[in-house]
Amino acid sequence: MQIIYTVLLANIARLLRGFGARMITRIWRLGAASRLFFLTIFYSGESFRRFHLTLREIYFTGVMSLLIIIVSAFFVGMVLALQGYNTLQKYGSSEAIGVLVALSLVRELGPVVTALLFAGRAGTAITAEIGLMKTTEQLSAMEMMAVNPIARVVAPRFWAGVISMPILATLFSMVGVLGGYLVAVPLIGVDDGAFWSQMQANVDVRDDIINGVIKSLVFGVACTMIALFEGFDAPPTAEGVSHATTRTVVISSLTVLGLDFVLTSFMIVV
Amino acid sequence: MDRTTIDLWVGVFVALGIAALLGLAMKVGNLTSSKIGETYSVTAAFENIGGLKPNAPVKSAGVVVGRVADIKFDSKAYEAVVTIKIDERYEFPKDTFANIYTAGLLGEQYIGLEAGGEEDYLQNGDRIAQTQDAVVLEKMISQFLYNKASESDSDDKNSNAEKTSSPNSTESKTAEPKSTELGDPAF
Repeated sequence: MQIIYTVLLANIARLLRGFGARMITRIWRLGAASRLFFLTIFYSGESFRRFHLTLREIYFTGVMSLLIIIVSAFFVGMVLALQGYNTLQKYGSSEAIGVLVALSLVRELGPVVTALLFAGRAGTAITAEIGLMKTTEQLSAMEMMAVNPIARVVAPRFWAGVISMPILATLFSMVGVLGGYLVAVPLIGVDDGAFWSQMQANVDVRDDIINGVIKSLVFGVACTMIALFEGFDAPPTAEGVSHATTRTVVISSLTVLGLDFVLTSFMIVV
Repeated sequence: MDRTTIDLWVGVFVALGIAALLGLAMKVGNLTSSKIGETYSVTAAFENIGGLKPNAPVKSAGVVVGRVADIKFDSKAYEAVVTIKIDERYEFPKDTFANIYTAGLLGEQYIGLEAGGEEDYLQNGDRIAQTQDAVVLEKMISQFLYNKASESDSDDKNSNAEKTSSPNSTESKTAEPKSTELGDPAF
């Protein structure tokens, strides 16, 4: 009896210790990430003085993500129109389909899905690249040559992500609306004028479109920063880089969804 | 050499982004349609505004002529005072009716203006005297039930119920502009 009791206690203690250790690691990483964030802002002068560094990164994170964003936006818009029509026609208001497609894209799906795709497409690339730079000691070599790796490597990627994300999100919304239009008007036969006029009557530029852009800007900061930190923090092994890449996707996605709720609750005035 | 192609692509990317934003603002958003130039504001008091919201359209003959600017509660008269901004291009006579209608069965509520016949026009800061409240469904139903119940009492009330159950009877408006056309007499 005594033995069982001791073993149980020891197991519980180990469980608690493990839990505590994980929590402490998380908090430590959060602090380190914040430090990296402030250092990035602090050293970002160079990424604007030598703008071609940032430009190159915009090319890799933004321009190269165009295809996946446009294609998925198109399909998301088409599916929205199809599903929306299916339900709306039961209530005899199939003209409201334009509003449904536009509002859901501009307010939510545009910024959020773009951020999720961005985390998968560009965030992982950033993490893997920086992780590998660290593994192959390129970052240390830069430091040896008195080149600040944060100014030279991290900051341009950060600003590229922050600039690219709103552009990608607005593109997503616009292409999605066009996709919805294609399904609703030529395919289903909703009235062309009603589609656009109902949309224009119910989508507000400031409340919906600008807020969507603000959301995507915040997501851009979050996603890029998480990707950069995971790469910067990755253990310098092949396994470490692979884990860091996985974590980038998981943490970015969760952060985006959580932030989306917080931002929406700020933006919707009840 | 390599940089110029990247420049080009980034330029295309940024241009696409700006085009998308402009497209959203113009085609999807209300940047073009909500443009009401100079406006003048008039007020109207309602006993019940239903679900009317600020920025709801003000229509006359189905055309949007203005927007609801502000809704306040008058604690002296226990009425809702609605401030309406009307496009300066449109003038309405002093005896214009302001009615709260619902667009469709479940749609949003808007104010419908029905022009009267007077010579003088509404000026900035004027008050529309004749208003008609929003139709409250519960009130209508309870009215209907009450009338059903009291049907046996007298034929007089019965005819009254028939009149009130039709939502746009114009003659009741002119008779007593301030009341719901569901009317109080039955209560």
